[in-house]
Amino acid sequence: MSEHCRNRIAAHSTPLLLAGVLVVIAILVTLFGDKALARTLTETLIRVTLVVGLWIFVGNSGVISFGHAGYMAIGAYCSAWLTLRPQSKALFLPDLPTWLMEAQWHVLPAAIAGGLLAALVALVSGAAILRLTGIAAAIATFAFLAIVNTVYSNWEGVTGATSSVVGLPRYVDQWVALTWALAAILAANLYANSASGLALRATREDEVAARASGINMYRHRLWSLVVSGFFTGVSGALLGHSIGVLNPDSFYLGITFISLAMLVVGGIGSLTGAVCGVLVLSLMIELLVRAEQGVTIGEASLSLPSGTQEVVIGLVMILVLVLRPSGLTEGRELKLRLPQPRAALTHDPQTTN
Amino acid sequence: MTNLAQLFFDAASLGGLYAMAALGIALIFGVMNLVNFAHGEYIAFCVFALIVPSTDAVAVMFLGKAPALILIPLVLGIGALIAVLSEYAVFRHLRRADPVAMMVASFALGFVIRNILLAVYGGRPKAISLWPELNTPVELAGASVPLLQLIVIATTLIVVAALALLLRKTRLGLEMRAAAENFTMARLLGVRANVVITGAFALSGALAAAVALIMVTQSGVADVRVGGQIMLVAFIATVIGGMGSLPGAVAAGFLIGAVSVLLQAALPLDARPFRDAFLYTLVIVCLLLRPQGLFVPASAKPRI
Repeated sequence: MSEHCRNRIAAHSTPLLLAGVLVVIAILVTLFGDKALARTLTETLIRVTLVVGLWIFVGNSGVISFGHAGYMAIGAYCSAWLTLRPQSKALFLPDLPTWLMEAQWHVLPAAIAGGLLAALVALVSGAAILRLTGIAAAIATFAFLAIVNTVYSNWEGVTGATSSVVGLPRYVDQWVALTWALAAILAANLYANSASGLALRATREDEVAARASGINMYRHRLWSLVVSGFFTGVSGALLGHSIGVLNPDSFYLGITFISLAMLVVGGIGSLTGAVCGVLVLSLMIELLVRAEQGVTIGEASLSLPSGTQEVVIGLVMILVLVLRPSGLTEGRELKLRLPQPRAALTHDPQTTN
Repeated sequence: MTNLAQLFFDAASLGGLYAMAALGIALIFGVMNLVNFAHGEYIAFCVFALIVPSTDAVAVMFLGKAPALILIPLVLGIGALIAVLSEYAVFRHLRRADPVAMMVASFALGFVIRNILLAVYGGRPKAISLWPELNTPVELAGASVPLLQLIVIATTLIVVAALALLLRKTRLGLEMRAAAENFTMARLLGVRANVVITGAFALSGALAAAVALIMVTQSGVADVRVGGQIMLVAFIATVIGGMGSLPGAVAAGFLIGAVSVLLQAALPLDARPFRDAFLYTLVIVCLLLRPQGLFVPASAKPRI
């Protein structure tokens, strides 16, 4: 077996290993956990979909995007428009066009439609924003987020503005979330190892050299943003259908921060990092939230002041950036390595992409 | 129909505020390539330093009770202090990191400061009355202008002039300009890196404090979210002005202020709530036309 072939197998083993980890966690929680833990797991798996979706663009291109919460909002509202009962839409969202008003789709096509709409918006917005590079691009994605937030918080008859949209069917449990998380991981790995993904990672490492080798950076960035927008949109739809309420401000700075924090803590450079960051930070958030509610040890009841959770997460993120700038995984992937023939052992088997 | 003079004063005072916030961000970017997302939280911090820490709905003045002559230097000092402290605690350890990592770290720092404020002061906006007499209108050139607007315009001009003097005439200013041009080369030629960076942070924090004082007097509200909106505009001004160009930041701040006042006046009533969406779309268009910004400093051109 050639070295190239072994590398390919190793690269494609990553999503299977990650999927295995998530499935084991889901089964353990379902067997031994209570209802609250199952809810936390659902939330975590939705975040896996979100952060892996974010990674498809940020991880491969190296461009930080502050705009993904916008794609999330677009997916979430689209799915809400398609699945809400026509009566409640007539009441809360009177300005919807008639065909949308009467639509009452099944939840799965609605989630896919949410993702597709987000992908379409990603295509259009990305076509403009991705002509920029570096910090200007990051700021432009921020401007995009502000545009989406302004529109969705003011378009009274279509999005319900700042009064929340309520009554979404709450169908997302840990299995639905798990399925989408696995799909996102699989797609992310397929993309990252496709010709476009490899070309994009070359531009991340050295923009000039990649251009000189004939790589059209703009096209690959745009394509990855579209794929990334799709899964981010789906994660928004899932979030809406797991809590049942939508509000434009739940798709603004808070979620932007937490998703970037997860990506950075886990390690921007690898898919394993994205998943790992979600799991580590979600576990930490859950522990801190429980500590804020109070822990009873014998007679004494201890509780942390509220707000500790956010502050600690922020501090952890800063510490990781200072002490381990490339994240917990340092850009390495979890992968299966087949035994090497003797002659090849002189090579360093570590690959860091 | 609003008359022209009114429009001019609105635009100039809003632009002045934006320009001062943008200067705070551009100063730090120029010296160490850091896009400081915590700047908005410095502003919020200074606002809340005026009142007694409590989660009650009614704000009780704390520092805000002091007479203006003491209050102003004190608040500017607090702004400078929190900025310098944040450099010492966070950014000093990230000097060798790439700009993206620093940007994300500042985002995290802002998040921490914001949540500490939320925990200490509670999430509800509070009414504060700081120098209410400044909001009394004055008749000027056929427009009735709140005195504060005139003060804002004057302050901006003074701050910009003082900063220009500082940068042109003092040793610190010379070192800062050298550092903004080429930090490594400047250090090799004996520029004291720590002094320059600390100085830039102190100035930036003091500018944030000035913005905080003006905003509180104008709106009469202390809100943890106060920093978010103005920070975003300030960033955009910094980028449109050409990253690291101080005159560019000032000009772009005024430009954005003027455009948003004009949009407010010109848009039909139905579209007015969406003003910011139009503004940010214009920003993206502007970036597309001139990705390096309107005023490109020589140091920003890639050397390949």
